[in-house]
Amino acid sequence: MNDDLLLKIQTNPKFRELVHKKTGLGWRLTLIMLVIYYGFIVMLAFSPATLGTPLAAGSVTTVGIPVGIFIILSAFCLTGVYVFRANNEFDRLNREIIEESR
Amino acid sequence: MLRTRYLAALGLMPTLALAEGIAGEVKRQPLNIQAIVMFFAFVALTLYITWWAARRTRSASDFYAAGGSITGLQNGLAIAGDYMSAASFLGISAMVFEKGYDGLIYSMGFLVGWPIILFLVAERLRNLGKYTFADVASYRLSQTPVRCFAATGTLVVVAIYLIAQMVGAGKLIQLLFGMQYTTAVVMVGILMVLYVTFGGMLATTWVQIIKAVMLLAGATFMAVMVLYYSGFSVETMFRQATALHPKHLAIMSPGGLVSNPIDAISLGLALMFGTAGLPHILMRFFTVSDARAARKSVFYATGFIGYFYILTFIIGFGAIMLVLNQPGFMETVIKDGKPVTQLIGGSNMAAIHLARAIGGNLFLGFISAVAFATILAVVAGLTLSGASAVSHDLYASVIKKGRANEADEVRVSKLTTLALGVVAIVLGIAFEKQNIAFMVGLAFSIAASANFPILFLSMFWRGLSTRGAVVGGFIGLITAVGLIVIGPTVWVDVLHHKAAIFPYKNPALFSITLCFISTWLISVLDMSKQAAEERARFDGQFVRAMTGIGASGSSKH
Repeated sequence: MNDDLLLKIQTNPKFRELVHKKTGLGWRLTLIMLVIYYGFIVMLAFSPATLGTPLAAGSVTTVGIPVGIFIILSAFCLTGVYVFRANNEFDRLNREIIEESR
Repeated sequence: MLRTRYLAALGLMPTLALAEGIAGEVKRQPLNIQAIVMFFAFVALTLYITWWAARRTRSASDFYAAGGSITGLQNGLAIAGDYMSAASFLGISAMVFEKGYDGLIYSMGFLVGWPIILFLVAERLRNLGKYTFADVASYRLSQTPVRCFAATGTLVVVAIYLIAQMVGAGKLIQLLFGMQYTTAVVMVGILMVLYVTFGGMLATTWVQIIKAVMLLAGATFMAVMVLYYSGFSVETMFRQATALHPKHLAIMSPGGLVSNPIDAISLGLALMFGTAGLPHILMRFFTVSDARAARKSVFYATGFIGYFYILTFIIGFGAIMLVLNQPGFMETVIKDGKPVTQLIGGSNMAAIHLARAIGGNLFLGFISAVAFATILAVVAGLTLSGASAVSHDLYASVIKKGRANEADEVRVSKLTTLALGVVAIVLGIAFEKQNIAFMVGLAFSIAASANFPILFLSMFWRGLSTRGAVVGGFIGLITAVGLIVIGPTVWVDVLHHKAAIFPYKNPALFSITLCFISTWLISVLDMSKQAAEERARFDGQFVRAMTGIGASGSSKH
């Protein structure tokens, strides 16, 4: 990449918008995933009995089961959110940046 | 007659390693004809694919990255196939079978690294690299030292992981097919060399895809049948299982898996960031055409892997319901001088016995063949990534300074594959009687403490200099290895000392931190002209990472 092209892209407001939105979303979702997972680990370490509470009076299923399923599903859903935004919004911005840099 | 020690019950020693490795001696089972027939059908199919792939593999790009021709969905399946090992299928269902809820906790750790890979690593990796993660780490740094470090990191992780898989494979095959250990290890070694040398990445990818589809289909069938037997009510399933299990309701809540917060967090870090530092996983992102496909592949992979862990959870409970204490599935063995009633072949066989309970001998054969196919897919991926580190990073970039001819580079890669095959067979046989259960944990810890921090900083931090990356990376690598050696898993369990010098099973929390701090410190103190130039090249790298302008394209589009 030569310096002219580099400067042209760097000064393109759309590039700044892309960087801002994409890295912002990436870090936000990372943080959500870390909070969910480590929240769970901290709960396991300090209050395991909470997860062992029956879901309803008399049921064998405990609170921990839906919580576990929720964590697995949340990992999938968060990747889905990212892919959806990236496929639509970010890829469009990216295409425009590439076209404008020609 | 049953004086043999069986597979160490995975659930009894809940460390990362044990959910993956198969430890202890195993008893050879009688020949299982259905399983062998199905297994040979699978081998024939994969060899046909290898032959087909060989005719399409000409350039270096074909060999290392399947010419970038793999689609997002295919790559998602292949990643899942690369990641879901036989031991995680048998090991996690065994852990659920023995301890219930704790098995679910374990599988979560293996999953949550994937979203992080997507949000921070996948697209940048695809935009900056060509064949190996060293391409990215050395993008704006000095080629020779950084590639030497990255190749070391790759080869150490690959070698350790490969030994664990080979020993696991030998034991599993003994158990499932009744073949001899040595025969099994030699066969796995020969097959993986054939796939990789002739079919390169294309054959490896398709072996992984087929295995992923077979494993997911088999596991789905088992889970659906388990739910069918419990009237499609999860509550009924849990009720029946808790009534039969010796620990009763205790299997519905967390047990002793996470009693020490430091170890728990350390394990979580190793699983999460180790995944993002495994060279054979990172390499998969170069097989797709662009960043968009790389992103989609993680989405699919996360879905498949998460789905698979939910299935193993149901399978574990199904095994309690349908296999535990049922006639024909239990045996009495002598353990430490006392008679113990256990599942035939140990808890690791829970999923295999369940297959027979719900689908008869034919389905048992299918699941056994799937378990073996799983090992082949994982070792093929590992071997290819080790071979690429030698040929692409060491030979082409370090020795030939980037002026190697493509045909020679691929030839070196194939020779390395052959050498790795021989080494894997020899070490697999040498380690037969060793306790190798800590090895997968070690591989994840090294990947998280050396490969990941350097890869991450090279993409995210302008200030990184060659000196910082190389010294910091090696500090992370050595710390991870050193702390595991003086920790409980090796110092006490393997070397039989009384007490561990380092109290935690998992060093990741300390070694990752140390690697980041030392890399940062050395880079900041690096005032050389070279470091200034490296920082100046960050802008160009960043623009390419974000937009994909200048990224290595796919050759088949």
